[in-house]
Parts: sequence; structure tokens; C-alpha cells
Amino acid sequence: MITAAVQEREHYLNASYGIKSWLLTKDHKRIGLLYLATITFFFFLGGAFATLIRVELLTPQGDLVSSETYNKLFTMHGVAMVFFFLIPAIPATLGNFFLPMMIGARDLAFPRINLLSWYLLVLGGLLSLYAMLAGGVDTGWTFYTPYSTSYSNTWVIATALGIFVAGFSSILTGLNFIVTVHRMRAPGMTWFRLPLFVWSTYATSVIQVLGTPVLAVTIILLFCERVFHLGIFDPTRGGDPVLFQHLFWFYSHPAVYIMVLPAMGVISELVSVYSRKPVFGYHFVAFASVAIAVLGFLVWGHHLFVSTQSLYAGLVFSFLSYFVAIPSAIKVFNWTATLYKGSISYATPMLYAFGFIGLFTIGGLTGLFVAALGFDVHVTDTYFVVAHFHYIMVGGTIMAYLGGLHYWWPKMTGRMYPEGWAKLSALVIFLGFNLTFFPQFVLGYLGMPRRYHVYPPEFQVLHVLSTAGASVLAVGYVIPMIYFIWSLRYGKVAGANPWNATGLEWQTASPPPAHNFDQSPVVTHEAYDYSTVLGEVEVG
Amino acid sequence: MTEHIDRVRTYALVFAVLIALTVLTTAVAFVDLGPFSVVVALAIAVGKMLLVALFFMHIRHSTRLTRLVVLGGLLWLIILILLSLTDFATRTWVGVPGR
Amino acid sequence: MASEAHAETPALREQFDTEEQQKDASTLGMWIFLITEIMFFGGMFLAYIVYRGANPLVFAVASSSLNVYIGAANTVVLLCSSFTMVLAVRGAQLGQRQTIVLFLILTLILGGVFLGVKAYEWNEKFQEHHVPGPAFHFEGLPPELQGRAQLFFSLYFAMTGLHALHMVIGVGILSLLIWQARKGTYSAAYMTPVDVSGLYWHFVDIIWIFLFPLLYLIDRHLGK
Repeated sequence: MITAAVQEREHYLNASYGIKSWLLTKDHKRIGLLYLATITFFFFLGGAFATLIRVELLTPQGDLVSSETYNKLFTMHGVAMVFFFLIPAIPATLGNFFLPMMIGARDLAFPRINLLSWYLLVLGGLLSLYAMLAGGVDTGWTFYTPYSTSYSNTWVIATALGIFVAGFSSILTGLNFIVTVHRMRAPGMTWFRLPLFVWSTYATSVIQVLGTPVLAVTIILLFCERVFHLGIFDPTRGGDPVLFQHLFWFYSHPAVYIMVLPAMGVISELVSVYSRKPVFGYHFVAFASVAIAVLGFLVWGHHLFVSTQSLYAGLVFSFLSYFVAIPSAIKVFNWTATLYKGSISYATPMLYAFGFIGLFTIGGLTGLFVAALGFDVHVTDTYFVVAHFHYIMVGGTIMAYLGGLHYWWPKMTGRMYPEGWAKLSALVIFLGFNLTFFPQFVLGYLGMPRRYHVYPPEFQVLHVLSTAGASVLAVGYVIPMIYFIWSLRYGKVAGANPWNATGLEWQTASPPPAHNFDQSPVVTHEAYDYSTVLGEVEVG
Repeated sequence: MTEHIDRVRTYALVFAVLIALTVLTTAVAFVDLGPFSVVVALAIAVGKMLLVALFFMHIRHSTRLTRLVVLGGLLWLIILILLSLTDFATRTWVGVPGR
Repeated sequence: MASEAHAETPALREQFDTEEQQKDASTLGMWIFLITEIMFFGGMFLAYIVYRGANPLVFAVASSSLNVYIGAANTVVLLCSSFTMVLAVRGAQLGQRQTIVLFLILTLILGGVFLGVKAYEWNEKFQEHHVPGPAFHFEGLPPELQGRAQLFFSLYFAMTGLHALHMVIGVGILSLLIWQARKGTYSAAYMTPVDVSGLYWHFVDIIWIFLFPLLYLIDRHLGK
């Protein structure tokens, strides 16, 4: 029997059994799976809120939920998705699992801190979940003052503290990754032999470490204002709500890159392995990750164009925002150049990679629209902005996350997923996504404001299209959930290297042994050197 | 990495300078230096920070990477403050209320 | 280089190959943590700069109500604690158990003194109605500037409060270190926890080095 063959060898999944062996594990691979379960829960929770939002928007009248409930719905959708799914998504699951393996290490530098950071995410998630169940929160995920400090009578404190605690999780993960990449690389694994996923995850960690503390202190000051009556953002005492926005976006704009940079790293891996070519311009792609991490900190003021921010600051931030396009474009061009004359196979992860490249490009280019001062005044707080950032976050990050999950699933579980169903769901997700969010560009351009559940009847057709797309998208997300679970028991047994890929993670058994490698690897060649592995990718 | 063990004398000297600087900055605060009182206070604080960081936190013996990390942190603090000030320092230039 | 995962000992954890690699990793980890702390306090320093720039006179007047001598004395207390801390670390480098314990206890006591003085100052503010909130009143300022004075005290309480919170955490860490050091856990070969805790303690000291002039020493000559 197939199962018998797998169970003969000891690996990280059967090295020990029982709940305790998971809840007290220091193995980065098991912690990665704990994260996977946690963020999947929050993804479907956020998805449930999104469903209610889309159903409400089917009709121009506010007939399903009240205005207050609607405010809570979009807030909780944002909180669940941004802080408890998108930010931990790729770094904490795929990064946790594969970053040590890709550099040839036995584990992260601080395994116990790694476990602690999972507990912190869970604790933060429970706090926010408690707030949602107890009555919800209605400030929007941005918690703008003075509404959040002086007026809202919903569960602001519990939600904000949940995000604060989850922020510590993010900081500790980033810290752990940085130290690991600096200090734990296998012999011969020089910086320019690192897989590009490691480069982009490293750049992400730098953002997490430098940005998240500013969000933490902002939340603390918000907390002090609500609970202890300090007045730092209170305009009646000379405080400035725009200062809150500066501090908030100093983190939250770079946070977009926390979400999308690791996604770019996944795409670099996928594009290379499924076209059997090294990534074109490796050094440029690697440095582009670092450049995005740095430039991402210089542009936050473009979220404040219509606040009372000075026009001169607006000019500076608008100008700087355009620079982010350069490294982003370098990446897109280099992925495309990698495809050129490649031996391309259309395996499921590659379909997601194609989806990413197209959708990220649309999301990125519309980002240039809204970075332009004049145009932004026209579309601020409309569905144009909503569509723009969903193209980056859903069309970019989630596409890459699913692509990466499919790509590494055989390594994580030792089982193949069913290729036919996987291709079908990739297609369904791509179509559903575009049907959901493309009409929102049009809606926004026509003037449909975000965060309203009652709208003029002439917008209804586009809203119905968007809701129809969301239904398709939901089906697309449920299918992988089902076949991934199915594959754990019934999937074809995967070999050590089903894709004939070059990374160190593929040079060990599937699933990997508890300490990753039976023998510590020694690296002697560049990343993506396909002359070292024979054969083509087999597509089932 | 070779371990550097500094002499107690070195630490005591640094400590004495730190105390002296504290007394100095307190005394100077009572003197009218106009706009320079902030400058002097901050210069003394930076000096004390350098002494603590270089000697007590052993930066003068530390690796290049550690120094890079510290400088990176300070640079990001400067980014946070300077770019925010592009707003707060230029608010009144346009001369339109609310702009 | 060890090719197999070796047994975990207190001195060397299994994910590392050498003790040097482990020590480097811990030190780097602590420094990265400290730059997150720079950014954490940085948010409040930004708020301070913005509001002091907008309300220079009110800030000078409100600042002058703080007791500069208590502030200076507390600065000296904290610098003393840094000095004892660095001597504890030195003792650890030399593997002298008695020295480590003695200087850690001294550091702990000085940290406690600092917190005690801070508590006394805070208590004074409550009695003087200088705590932001409905009961706030600052004598000598017209009603329209009372809010601006609250802004100064909001920053005062947020900054000194979060600094004190870091001190409390530091005192907790010190207690743990003393307990471990008495058991003889630390030696010249394994003293990383003492070393990185020292970094944290000095960092908290550096924050106060800036808080003291920023909060206590604004244009004293105007206020008196």
C-alpha cells in the first residue's frame, strides 16, 4: 500500500504524536502548519464578512443590514483579512516552513521565539474575535481618530489590542528571519546564491521590524486616549488627528509590501522552475526586493492627499511614490524575460504565477493613478481605490500564496494534489476575481463611494456583476480547501523532487525529516542552475 | 569573535563623564541661550547616548553588521521624523485655511 | 562542523553548530529588537516635536512645573544603574559568579529607586490636577490654553509611562538573571543572557537620557 511506504521513514510529521507535540513544538515546519491552520480560519472568517457585504450591495437599498451593522462588517472584514491573514500569510506559513530549508539550516535561529510568535498571533486573533462576537467594531480597519477615540461606542479597545499583540508576532517573526538569514546559512550559501524567495522574505522582515513598532505605539496612544483620557490626537485640546494618520500609514503603507514582497518571492521561484530557466537578472530582482522595502517607507503620505496635510508634503509624497514603480517594474519585466524561450509547463502553480503577474500589473499601474495628486482627489474613498488594493492584495498576494501552497504542498505533506481540480480552481479563481473587482474600477470612476451600503440605482448593474464574481471566487477558494484535505489521505505519493527544482528544500525527502536534512548540505552552485537536476516538470 | 574585556577604569571614567554631562545640561537649562538651548540640550543628550552605546553597549568592539543595524534604526527614525515634518512644517505656507 | 543534529545542552542549542554562532545570533537578535524599540519611542518623539513646535510657550510653562532637581537626580540614579550593569556584564565575561550577583542586585535596587521616584512624581501630578482628563487644571494659564497644557502632560505621561513600563520589564529580567546567576548558570563561556539583558537595560537608559532634557529642561529661564 502507498501509506505503508510513506510511514516506514521517520519524518517531521510522525516523529512524535499528540496535541502536546504540536502545541509545544519548536520545529519550524510544524509551526508553519499551525500558522497555516490559523490564517485559513481567519481567511474564511474575513471571507464570511465579505460575503455579507457583497450580498447587501446587490440592491441599492439598505435592506439586509443596518448602516451600523454594515460599518462593522467592512471593518471586521478589513481587520481579519489584513492583520490576521495577509500579513502572516506567506512569511509565517511558507516562509516559516521553507526559509530555513532553503538556506540549509536545521531550524530558525530562535525556535522558541518562533513558537511564541504563533501564540501571540492566536492571542491577538482571539482578542479581535472576542470584539467581533461581543458586538463588533465600526471604525474601519484604519481606526482614524477622533472617531475611534471619542465617538465610536463599539469594541475599539479589544480589537486594537488584538492587533497590537499580533504586531508583536509579526515583529518577532521578522527578527527571527533576519538573524536566521545572517547567521544560519549552510556552508557555501553566499548571499547571491540565496533563492529569491529568501531575498524577498528577508526584505519583508526588515519592513516588519522597522514599521510594526510605530503601529504599536500608535495603538498604545489610541488606547491611552480612550481609556486614560490623554489627549495626543484630540483636536479639542490642540491635538492633531492627521498626526495619527501619519503614524498609522508609516506602518500601514509599508505593510502593503509586507503582504506583496513575499508574494513576489514565490513568483520568482515558480516562474523559474516551470520555465526551466534561471531567473533573468537575478541580482536586479534581489536588489529590487530591498529597494521596495526601503522606498516603501518614503511614500506613506499619499494616503493623506485629501486630509489637511500640507500641499507641499503632498507633492513630495506623490513624487516619491512613483519611485516604487521602478523596482516593481523591474520584477515584472524580469519574470517576463525569464519566460522568454523557456521550456514552459502549465502546472497549477504556474497558472497562479501567470495570474499574479497580470493582476499585480493592473493593481500596480492603477497605483500610479492614485499616486497622482490631481487624479487621487477625484477617486479618493471610491471603489476605484477599493479595486486597486484588492488587485494587489487578492490578485497579487492570495494568488501567489495559493501558487506557493500548491508548489510546496508535495514537500510539506509528501502528497500530490489532484492536478485537474487544481487547474480548474485556479481558472475559477482568476475569472471570479476579475468579475468581482474589475467592475469596481468602473464603479469608483463613476463616483461610487466606499463604505456606503445605500447607493443610487444606476450603479446596481455593476454591483450585481461584482457580487456574482464574488460568488464564483468563493467557490474557487473552497475547492482547494477540499482537495488539499482530500490529498492528505488519498493523494498520489510525491517524490523528493516532483518538479525537478533546484532549491535545497527539494534535496531532502518529502516530507522532510525533523531536522530537515539527513546531512548538512554544502552549496556549490548558484540558485536556479537546472544543469544540476535532470528532466522536465511532469504535469499530471 | 574575540571577547574584549574593558578595564573597570574605562567604565568608571565614562560613568564620571556621564554624570558631569547630566549636571552640565541641567545647569545650562537655566541660562538664556535663545533658540540654542534646545540645540545644546540635544547635543549633550546625543553625546551621552554615544558614550553609553560605544562603551557600555560595546559598540566599539562590535561587528560591522551590528553597527549597520544600529545606523539603520537611527536612519529610519530620521525618515519618520523628517518626512512627517514635510507636512507639519509647511502647513501654513499656502495661506488657505485648512490647507 | 557538526553534520548531524547534536544533543541540546543548556550552553548550545541544537539549531546551532558552534557557541560562537549562537552568541552572535543572540546579540544580533537583541540589537534588532532594540531598533524596534527606537521606532516604538520614535512615534512619541515625533508627536513631541510636532506639538512642541506648534505650542512652544505653553510647553515651556508646563515643563517648568516639573521638578528639575528630582528629574536630574533620577537621571543620575539611572546612569548609576547602567554603570553597575556594565560591571555585572564584565563579571560575567570573567566568569565571577559573586561579582555578577552583587552588581545585578545593585542594578535592581537602583532600578527600583528610579521607579519609586517616578511614582512619587506621578502622585504629585495627581494632587496638582496635572493629569489630563476632565479634572485637569493648570494654574496661571487662560482657559483657551488649558487644552494645550494637557497636550504637554499627555506626552509626559505617555513617554514616562512607557519608559517606566520598560523599566518594570527590565526589573523582571534582572530578577530572573539574579536567580539564575546564584545557581551558577553563567560562566565566561556562557553569559549571553547577561550580555543581551545589559544591552536592553542600557537602551532604556538612553531613552531616559533624551526624555530628561525634552520634558524637564525646556526653556527653564522663561519659566522661573
